[in-house]
Parts: sequence; structure tokens; C-alpha cells
Amino acid sequence: MSSPASTPSRRRGGKRGRSSNPPTPQDARSPPSQRRRADDSASTGDLQPMPTSPPADAQSPGAPDALFSSPPQFRHSAIPLDFDISSPLTYGTPSSRVEGTPRSGVRGTPVRQRPDLGSVRKARQVDLHSDGVAEDVVATEQSLGQKLVIWGTDVNVASCKEKFQRFLQRFIDPLAKEDEDVGLDLNKPRYMQRLEEINMVGEPFLNVNCDHLRSFDENLYRQLICYPQEVIPTFDMAANEIFFDRYPDSILEHQIQVRPYNALKTRNMRSLNPEDIDQLITISGMVIRSSQLIPEMQEAFFKCQVCAFTTRVEIDRGRIAEPSVCKNCNTTHSMALIHNRSMFSDKQMIKLQESPEDMPAGQTPHTVALFAHNDLVDKVQPGDRVNVTGIYRAVPIRVNPRVSNVKSVYKTHIDVIHYRKTDAKRLHGVDEETEQKMFTEERVAILKELSKKADIYERLSSALAPSIYEHEDIKKGILLQLFGGSRKDFTHTGRGNFRAEINILLCGDPGTSKSQLLQYVYNLVPRGQYTSGKGSSAVGLTAYVMKDPETRQLVLQTGALVLSDNGICCIDEFDKMNESTRSVLHEVMEQQTLSIAKAGIICQLNARTSILAAANPIESQWNPKKTTIENIQLPHTLLSRFDLIFLMLDPRDEAYDRRLARHLVSLYYRSEEKMEEEYMDMAVLRDYIAYARSYVNPRLSEEASQALIEAYVDMRKIGSGRGMVSAYPRQLESLIRLAEAHAKVRFSEKVETIDVEEAKRLHREALKQSATDPRTGIVDISILTTGMSATARKRKEELAQALRKLIQSKGKTPALKYQQLFDDLRAQSDTAVTKEMFEEALRALADDDFLTVTGKTVRLL
Amino acid sequence: MPCVADWLNNPFSIVQGIFAQNVPNSDWEKKVTEYFKEKLKENNATNWVPSLNDVPVHYLKPNSLVKFRCMVQDMFDPEFYVGVYETVDPNTNARVLHFGKYRDVAECGPQQEIDLNSSQTVTLERQTFYCVPVPGESAWVKEISFLTYASQARVSPSTSYTPSRHKRSYEEDEDMELHPSKQKEQHMGNSSGGDIHGCVEPKRLETEASAGHHLISPNCSPPLDLNFPLPGEKGPACLVKVYESWDSFKVNDVLEVYGILSVDPVLSIVNNEERDSSALDPMECMDTAEEQRVHSPPASLVPRIHVILAQKLQHINPLLPACLNEEESKTCEYLHLTSLFVSNFMSELSPVRAELLGFLTHALLGDSLAAEYLILHLISTVYARRDVLPLGKFTVNLSGCPRNSIFTEHIYRIIQQLVPASYRLQMTIENMNHSRFIPHKDYTANRLVSGVLQLASNTSLVVDETQLEQGQLDTTGVHNVTALSNLITWQKVDYDFNYHQMEFPCNINVLITSEGRSLLPSDCQVHLQPQIIPPNMEEYINSLLTAVLPSVLNKFRIYLSLLRLLDYSISDEVTKAVEEDFVEMRKNDPESITADDLHRTLLVARFLSLSAGQTTLSRERWLRAKQLEALRKGRLQQQKCVNGNEL
Repeated sequence: MSSPASTPSRRRGGKRGRSSNPPTPQDARSPPSQRRRADDSASTGDLQPMPTSPPADAQSPGAPDALFSSPPQFRHSAIPLDFDISSPLTYGTPSSRVEGTPRSGVRGTPVRQRPDLGSVRKARQVDLHSDGVAEDVVATEQSLGQKLVIWGTDVNVASCKEKFQRFLQRFIDPLAKEDEDVGLDLNKPRYMQRLEEINMVGEPFLNVNCDHLRSFDENLYRQLICYPQEVIPTFDMAANEIFFDRYPDSILEHQIQVRPYNALKTRNMRSLNPEDIDQLITISGMVIRSSQLIPEMQEAFFKCQVCAFTTRVEIDRGRIAEPSVCKNCNTTHSMALIHNRSMFSDKQMIKLQESPEDMPAGQTPHTVALFAHNDLVDKVQPGDRVNVTGIYRAVPIRVNPRVSNVKSVYKTHIDVIHYRKTDAKRLHGVDEETEQKMFTEERVAILKELSKKADIYERLSSALAPSIYEHEDIKKGILLQLFGGSRKDFTHTGRGNFRAEINILLCGDPGTSKSQLLQYVYNLVPRGQYTSGKGSSAVGLTAYVMKDPETRQLVLQTGALVLSDNGICCIDEFDKMNESTRSVLHEVMEQQTLSIAKAGIICQLNARTSILAAANPIESQWNPKKTTIENIQLPHTLLSRFDLIFLMLDPRDEAYDRRLARHLVSLYYRSEEKMEEEYMDMAVLRDYIAYARSYVNPRLSEEASQALIEAYVDMRKIGSGRGMVSAYPRQLESLIRLAEAHAKVRFSEKVETIDVEEAKRLHREALKQSATDPRTGIVDISILTTGMSATARKRKEELAQALRKLIQSKGKTPALKYQQLFDDLRAQSDTAVTKEMFEEALRALADDDFLTVTGKTVRLL
Repeated sequence: MPCVADWLNNPFSIVQGIFAQNVPNSDWEKKVTEYFKEKLKENNATNWVPSLNDVPVHYLKPNSLVKFRCMVQDMFDPEFYVGVYETVDPNTNARVLHFGKYRDVAECGPQQEIDLNSSQTVTLERQTFYCVPVPGESAWVKEISFLTYASQARVSPSTSYTPSRHKRSYEEDEDMELHPSKQKEQHMGNSSGGDIHGCVEPKRLETEASAGHHLISPNCSPPLDLNFPLPGEKGPACLVKVYESWDSFKVNDVLEVYGILSVDPVLSIVNNEERDSSALDPMECMDTAEEQRVHSPPASLVPRIHVILAQKLQHINPLLPACLNEEESKTCEYLHLTSLFVSNFMSELSPVRAELLGFLTHALLGDSLAAEYLILHLISTVYARRDVLPLGKFTVNLSGCPRNSIFTEHIYRIIQQLVPASYRLQMTIENMNHSRFIPHKDYTANRLVSGVLQLASNTSLVVDETQLEQGQLDTTGVHNVTALSNLITWQKVDYDFNYHQMEFPCNINVLITSEGRSLLPSDCQVHLQPQIIPPNMEEYINSLLTAVLPSVLNKFRIYLSLLRLLDYSISDEVTKAVEEDFVEMRKNDPESITADDLHRTLLVARFLSLSAGQTTLSRERWLRAKQLEALRKGRLQQQKCVNGNEL
């Protein structure tokens, strides 16, 4: 505990850098090797232009970006070939171009300070074998060779540099298949290609994946993690040497800066502790607030009012020590700060909050402050999910400079070195990667073991919402929905994406725990949304445009459907949803996109969401004498978009009641632990699903496709026998999706016949429940597709014909009494004719322009 | 009798002593906690510690040991502090080690300097909780816990604060813990006007006055919102610094902490200094002014407690021993006392129940069925969750309440007298549209802004729907109502974190009073059938409250708190019987008996058994539960008919 704890003090005690020797314009002691690193104040003071200033940033990167796909967050300002002399910011420094343009080579390219590393200064080195602190041994690093290390670390600059150069020159990623690798030759050293890119694009930043470094040289990686402040400048040096060796004529804005990312110990914020201070860490989180740009003075420029002697003072621990005496004329208090010639760097304070997934239940999220410097300023906005790599710092707070008491608390923050947006890709293109959860090898082994079990399908489905009793098939359906089908892309053939998500509608009596099932699913999946049809408006589901109160900008706020992209949107009380809201779902449920044209914003958002909806029957109790459509009164255009429609009915059978009672009673006294033993853990289930979703992508096997074809033909046949169509291509697609999902359950890369069998069974089961014609008892898909069963349609036609005959038989009477006609028809017909049926028949005839109904009379036309 | 104890008045000297003895190794931290644990175990020692709940901050001695009964309202970020530091005397170069634990400021003598670069410096981590007094805590809880303390503390000079008004009564009553006296009885008698809060009012006023005084600070900054969940709450909010196992505490947990009070005025100076120098030093301005105000408010207003011992409380009823849970009480010294207490009380359970039933029947205008259900409701608690389903919640909708607010107000007054924490939520359009129900994160100040629904476990929430008029709910209103119904159905509240929502499970007993059926969901609706209509409701209730003896009232309180904590089981036999019953009922009437009914009847049976002190379900109880349900349903049916006829 004590060693890491003492780090903050040690750092400050190190007295690295200039603070010990007051900076003078002629710092002759600076050794050549160090001067090459262009130590800020002295050697390059006059050469150095103002740090990146807004005008430079304003120039758009333009063409180079179109050609090269470097990560967007590093899309920085263009290569300022020259300085805009008219710019007020270069005022007073025209002489900065003394070296002549175009400058090139290591020597010519200015070094930009790296405020993210504290300040880059000479690291004091010590000889490991000598006891005393060797003063100014820096000069002789070459001669003393291997024994020299930077004070307080075990880093030897020379060997470290050499190793890193070797890494850059030789490293070939064996596992290369990363999203950033677009346009890279995987068989050539990866980072040399990067350097080439830098040469062409002119963005002097080299992003280094720490994971690569680790696989190349474990020790170097460890040093990087433990002593980033010392090691990264060494890396910079190494990278620049190689770069200017290869491309001596290259012109860069400043020297290349190495930005490591993905330090393997990616931590969540909660696990940060004092041991991490001053180490390189990568944490993920969500940006919640960003400050305005803060110009931070790096170097102050003082001028004597008396003799015009000038001097520069560097920032030291956040303070500038104003010279009280002019060195030239010895006048006291004559030095005045010249703002225009002082150097500033951009800085921004950002608050990062831990991502909701990382948080233990019942606690509030932690936050951590980030400081972004220079290019990294304004790279992230509040709401972004980012992975941040940086150095963790702790700074003591002084109560009062005049009082020796110190507040015993440190302020902590992270100096950002690298950002990586985790959800940037969600906006465009395929995004399997984002869902990627880190699975440990043991976890994967457990999951694979599980998947080999013969009854895994049953196991998983019973693990789903164990508190809900029975309804096995419904649970199986929902399970398949959780896994989803394989995503297929037919864009090139003009069909666009095929829907891989499975939609399910549950309808049934109130109190059959539909809501509970929905609630469970919502809690299970990482990106689930739960809305109630009663309370949601079209706007809440889709997206709305809002004026940001602060910036007065229009902001697109996404609704439940968009938020559940790649997840499940649970909609309760589906039937209570109003018409316009429901119409939004049409597009989402088939095309999986959402089009918005509002307040000048026209766009199409991805909404690849599965929909799990629950609806109550219109008469509060399910009427078994009616069809599904009649019972829930939903437009069949919408119903046909559901792959499975289940009825959750009260079975009313004694054995069921008995089991149900036993189940419920057990709920009320058994302890929680006991219950958990019996079923699979929710966490295991969640991991299992997540793993299958991201790693298993089954394809249809030959037999399976044959079986699917057969199944489809069979379904069509059933219908055609009775003069109606009982299956549509949509049903075939559903079958495919279900079969794929079932294969995923088994972690199988191939869809086999058993998957098709189960898909068929489940589909039939759902059909049996929802598409059975209550009059004939035959499964009839047209109930769902046209809203009316074939027999019902036939009956309706027959009745209309009978009515027409009846009226015609009455001869030429221009008007008939409504009631009279009804009674006559009833008397004539051999089946019972209800008033509704009669009215329907009248309407049908009216549509044929045969008659009109006005009030209580029926007129012939 | 205790003398001027160092550990109470000057705990730093103790810590220093232990620290000095063990300094090279880090054992000393453990030893400090051990020491205080031992001390507090001593006979009634916990009662000598002044409580921040009872005594205004400015009466307490800084750096003394205090206790605080509170709810964790928000958790701030963990902070790193110097655990051990070294000071140097520049003249003599003498080095001294100090500990930074339990302190806000690393102190050193006038001639010394802190050597931040010393190799001895140890950085440690601690967590800050923003704690508020338990929201809706009933007046009697405060009063009794104060009396308990005061009766002990008269010898302890750690505070000069003893409200003179009470003095006589303390000296008279020795056995204050269980029977807060005839004195109180008199008090109640005197204040028959109905002001039962009267006795604590002056003390509160004092607190307020002091708070008010600080609010008008020379800075003239706007008054600090202390972020109490419920409107109109008063009391000290506190920054509680936790040094150990802070992961085990959650938001909304009720804690009792023992720790060192820190009201160092330096802390406030720090603030100002920082604000002044912020322009100069960019390092300091990383927090916004608001954030600073919230995270380091003036110590006089929001004192700091550096926790030595903290424990989660199962209940806040001062009449009960603190730890009743078997596992926890293993470590508890009072184990035998506790079990003795419980078994003693259990033996006289049935008369207490009968009396309580009678009392509530009177309160509910002679409706004994409603009273029965009210008892069940009051002892209900969420005892487990099956995936998303909370088990054991029993929300009662008391319909048929007379449409004048006086009745529900009085019901609430009665409940307030019985349960340790409660809140009456008036469901008016105005209230729904304008009050803050759901806590939300304020990112500028970086804190969780509280809302009405941020309540501790087992708080009674009385929703008064009789106040509701026709009108338009706006967006906030809809959100609020949704949140309320989510709370009732799932026993959870989704806190609003702006970019996402986070679910916080809760355990709140909701009682809805309404005229007709409530618009909020409920587990069971009981239609009130008043037998007597008193001409003057207020008088009636007042006389009812004065008639009941405080000792009896206390028994009611113990009864309700204790039964909640009992275990419960159902034997196989009874399970069979219940099964049979259910099948039978379904056969006879498949339309009206559903799984929901079984759920409810099982719940009723559970609480019915518990209310009689039985921890297993017996056949008789099951039948009785069915009978109650039948009666209740009969009434509803009847009501429907009546309404139908009227229409």
C-alpha cells in the first residue's frame, strides 16, 4: 500500500525538468541529443510558432480524409504549410520562420508540448549502481549506456527507444481483423504503414495499441503502463527518428506524438484506487459534461519595462513565477507579462461517468474528471460513450498558500492521451463489434459446455422468467426472439437488409402475467426498452427534435424504438396504442428503419429492434368464438408482421390449476437461495445470449433449406386445397428466422433439420393458437393476413347474395323498412343471422351501388 | 456511571495513542475500530453518544464522537486522502508522523511544515455519502430516541444542550427506554388540541434558526438546497465519510453511524479561497461553482462525520433493539436480551393485536374489516423478489372514503403515530404537475437531486386520492403518476440520469385512500363501510388519540415493527390443502377466480398468520384468509350494484 501511495509525492519530489535551473535564453548546457527533442523554452523558443490556434483548426482537412480512413477523433487540423501573417495570433513572431520554409527533418519540425504528459522535460536519469543522485548525467546517456535509468523508474531511455523502434519496424498483427485496419496491408509491419500514412496525411499522431505492444514485448508494455510520463516521450523520440529517417522531406505541423490506447487493464471507474496514480489506464464511461475551452499558459513571456529585456518563464506545477528582478538592469518589479508572446495550450475539463452496465445495483454512478489538451479538446460531446486512455493523476489541495495546513484530500483527474468512442459506429454500418462483451475464457468454456447439453433449449426456456408458470411454448418463442436470426445483407441485389429480428405478440386474458413476462425480458436484455401503449406517443417511440436550452441548437432526441436498436422493445397494452402511433411500427417491423422528416431534419435511423408486444382482448375477456383479429382489433397489416402470435389464455383445467397453485404457494415461503439453485442464473442466461448473438452466425445447410421449402410448400398446399392461401412469403421468412435462432441456441454454425422442425412446430403452435378459425377449427393464415377467415368471407358473400335475392323478389318497391327486411331475411335464412351480419350484408350491397341505407329505410337505386 | 470519557469527547487522543503505538504497520486502523466497538458495546454506551438527530450541530463539540441515524441520499465520488503524513520543523529538522484518517485537514503545528514528498506518506481512499435524516421519520421516533439519550446524557458534559423544558421529566423517569413516561401522557393530555408534534417543535425551531442564520452568510450566496426527499423536511444533512467496506452500502439505506464530528471552519474557508483563486489557478476550476457548493458546503450547515463504525439499520424504531436479525445478532452483545425481548413480547401478542384492531376499527369509523386489512398492510414488507416480481408487497386501496380531506388526514395522523416513517402524498393535479417525484441527476452540480419517491425501506406512503379533481396533467404529471404506479406494481423507482435511467428497488408500503376505485393499481381494494359518522371528525380522532395510553401506543409500535421481521413458511400439508381449495374454487367459479386471487389470498394468509405471531400457515388461518377475502369481495360487489342502481 505504501509504495503506490507515495507516488504523488515522489513525482513532485523528482524535480524533473527545468524548475531547478532557471530558464535563460541561452541554455547552453542543454545537450545536443536533448536539444533534438527541442526542449521547449530554450532551444526552440524562437522557432516555435504559437501553439495550434483556432485559425489553423478551422481549415478543414478536406481531401486527405476522404482517402484515408484514420479514426475520426484524430481528424485534426490540416498541415499549416505556412503561417498566416495577418492572423493576430502570429503577431510579434514573424521571426519564428527563421529556419526557413519548408522546414523538414527532425530538426526542423517543432516539438509540440504534450500537456497530457504533464510537461515534456528532461527526465533526470540516475545510474542504477551509484548511490548518490548523479547531477546532470543526462548528457552522457550514450556513453553510460545500459546502466542509466530515469530517476524513480527502471526505464532506460536508450534501450526503451531501441525496443520501441524495433516494435514499429517489425510488428505484424497476427490477429489483424480490426475495424481500423481499412486499407492496411496485413502482412507488412503495421506501424510502418501508419507512419507512411502520417507522411501523406500530415496528421502527426501515431496511435499504438497497447495490446500489440504487449504481445511484442511484455516488459516494454509494463514500463509503458507504469511510467507513461517517461516512456511516452521516449516513444515519441523513437517514432520521430524513424519517421524522419524514412521521409526526410516530410513536413509536419509538429513532431509526431505517440498515443497509446487500449491499455489492457481496461478498468471500470469503480476499481480505480490509489495504486493507479500516475499510471496509464484505460477506462470506459459516458461523457456527461464538458467545459469550455480553457487557454492554459504554458510559458509566460516577460518584458522589462525599463530596458526591454525579455525573458520566458515556464509553468511549474500550475504556477508561473513572475521574475521580481530584471536580470539585465536589476530593476525590481519591472517585468510585465506580454500576453501575445506567451504560449498557451488548449485545455478542456470533461466529466466522465461510469457506464450504467458497470454499476452495482443500488449505488449511484461515479464520475471522474478528465483533462483534454490541444487536439483532443472538443472531440467528445456529452452523452458519448468513450474509452479513455490517459494518465491518472492526484493533486493535493492547498488550504491556503500562506498557511501550512493542507486539505488532506487529493483531487484526481485523468490527463487524456487517447479517446475512442465506443458507439461511434452505431450510427453507420454494421455494429456487431459494439455489442461485444468481454468474455473471459473460463466463461466461454462454461457457455460452450452448456451448449453441448442435449436439453439446452428446454433448459434455457425454463430459466426464462421462472416465476411465470408454464406457457412453455411462449417462453420458447421469446427465447428464440432473444437470440434472433442471422443478419443477411442483400443490399447489392436491391432488397436491402433482411430482417433478422423476430417479433412476437402476446394476447390474452388480463392477469395472465403478460406484463410480467415483458418486464422480465426488458430486464434481461442489455438494450431493452419498455413502454406502455397507453402512455406512449408516436414521438416517444420514434424521435423528436428538441431545442437545446443552452446552445439553442436543434437536437434530435431518440425515442424508445431507436434506443432499443439491436435490442428488444417491449410494448405493453399494444391495443391501447392510438392509430397514428401504431402506424410508425409498420416501417420498423419490416424495414427496420425509422424515417424522420421533422423541423428540417430528414433522416433515416436504424431501428433493428425486436418487438415484444402484449395486447388485451377488446372485451377484456378473450372470446373464443371470435378470431384473433376480432378479439384484439388490430389492423392485420400490423399483425402479419409478427412472426409469432401467442394466445395466453386461462386454460381452466384441473390439473393445470393444481400445478399452478403449488407453484404459487411455493413462491410464498421458499427462500430466495433455494429458488435460484433450481434455475439457471440470470447472469449466465444473459451471457449465453450475448455470446450467441455476437459469435454465432448460423447458415442454412442443404438439408435444412430443403426442409424449409417442403414446409412452405406444405403450408401452401393446405390452403390451396380449400381454395385459399394459407401461407405467404412472410411466413417462410419467419420460419427461416426461427430456425436460425434455434441453431444459435445450440451454438451451431449450421441450421439443420432439427432446427427447422422446431421452427415449424413453434410456428404451427402459435398459428394454432391465434389463427384458428373459431367457426371451423381449421388453421387459417388469412385471418392474420387479411383480417378475415376464408369461411367468414364466404359466408358474408352468401348472405349478401341472399339479401339481394330477397330484395329483388320483393319486386319494384323503391323503399323498404329496415326492420322488416331484417326479419324477412332471418325468416328465410336457415342459419342464425345477427344484426351485425345483416348490416354488413347491407353495406356490401351498398358498396355495389345496389341500394342506400338512410336511417330506418332502405332505398333501391 | 460514566465519567468524562475521553473516547467520547476527544476521540482523536485515543486514535493518536493507538496510532503512536503501532505506527510502522497499518494495524492501527483496525485497532481503532476494535477499540471503539468495544467501548460502544459496554452497557448502554450507545446512549451516551449524542446524536445529530436530536441535538443541533452548534451544541455539539467539534471533534467529539457523535452518532447519526440517516438515509444515504447520494454517493459522491471516492476521494484520495493522505492517510499518514510527515511534518518537518524547518528549524530543528525534526520529523513527526501524523495520521490523516478521520480528518478533513492535515494539520500541523505553527512551527512545522508538511512534507508532501516524504516517503512515509500513505495515500488512502475513502468514500463520501451525502446523508439526510430518514425522510418522513415520525415525531415519536425522534422524541423517544432523544429521551433515551437525554436520560443518559445528563452526566455527560459533551454537550451543554438540554432543552430546559424537558428537564424535570428526565430526572423522574428512569425506565425511559420502553415507557416514555407518564410525563408524556400528561403532555398528550395537555395538547389535546391535537398538536402532538408540539413537544419537539421548539427544538426544531432552534435548529432552523441556526440554519437560517448560516444561510445568510456574508457571501450572500443563495441558500443551499439541502436536498431532502420530502418537501418541508428539516434536520441536519451530513457528509458522511466512510473508510471501510463502502461497497456494501446502497442509496436509500438507513444507517446508524458513529464517528467524529468535523465542523472545522477551515473547510468553509477552503471554499472561499478556492473560489477566489480559481481565476488564477486552472487546476481548481475543474468543478463548477455549483458543484463546489454542493460537494463542500459550509461545515456549519452540513457537518462532516468521519465514520468509525457504521451499521445498516433494519428498522428505525427506537423501541426495539437495533439488531433482530439472527445472523447479525450473533455478533451482537445483546443477543440474549434481544431474544428475551422478542419472546416476552410474543407472549402478549394476541391482546396487543386485539387492542390494535379495536383502535384501528375506531379510527376507521367502526369498520373492523378495513381495520383488519390495515393491520395486514402495515406489517407487509417485500421479503423477496422473484426475478422482477416483488413478493410481499400489499398495497391497499381504501375506497369509499368520505370526500372531505379531514378523514384521510386523520387516518394519516393515526398511521403516523404507529409507524416510524411515513409520508402523506396529496394527489392533486397541482401536486402531480409540480412536485418532483423521481430523483434525477443534476450534472452541473454533480449530485442526485432528490424526489418524493426517494424513501427508505418500510416507509408508509399514504396517497390521498380524495383530493383529486378533474384537470389536465402535463408531462411531469404523467411521469409522476407513471412512477407512482411503477412503484406500486414493481416496487422500484427509475431514477432519471438524463442519458439513461437507473432502477432502484424499494420497499414502500403504499396505502391509497380514494372515493371510488383508485386510478393507481393496487393489490387489494377494501371498500370502507363506516358504522358511525361522527359529527366532528377532528374531535373524534383527537379523543381517540388521547384515549390510548402511550404505553399501549408503544406496544402497537413494537408490534408493527417486530412482526415485519419474522420468517414464515408453509408446510407441505397445508400446501396440499391450498391446492385442493384452489382447484375446487376454480371448478365452481372459473370466471371470477384467477391466479391473481390465489396470489392475494396467499398474501392475506401470510400476513394474517404473522399478525398472530405464527410463522407457519395453518389450515384455520387459510380459511380465515379466504373468509376475509370473501367479505371484502362481497362488499365490492355490493358497491358495484349500488353504483349501478344509481346510474
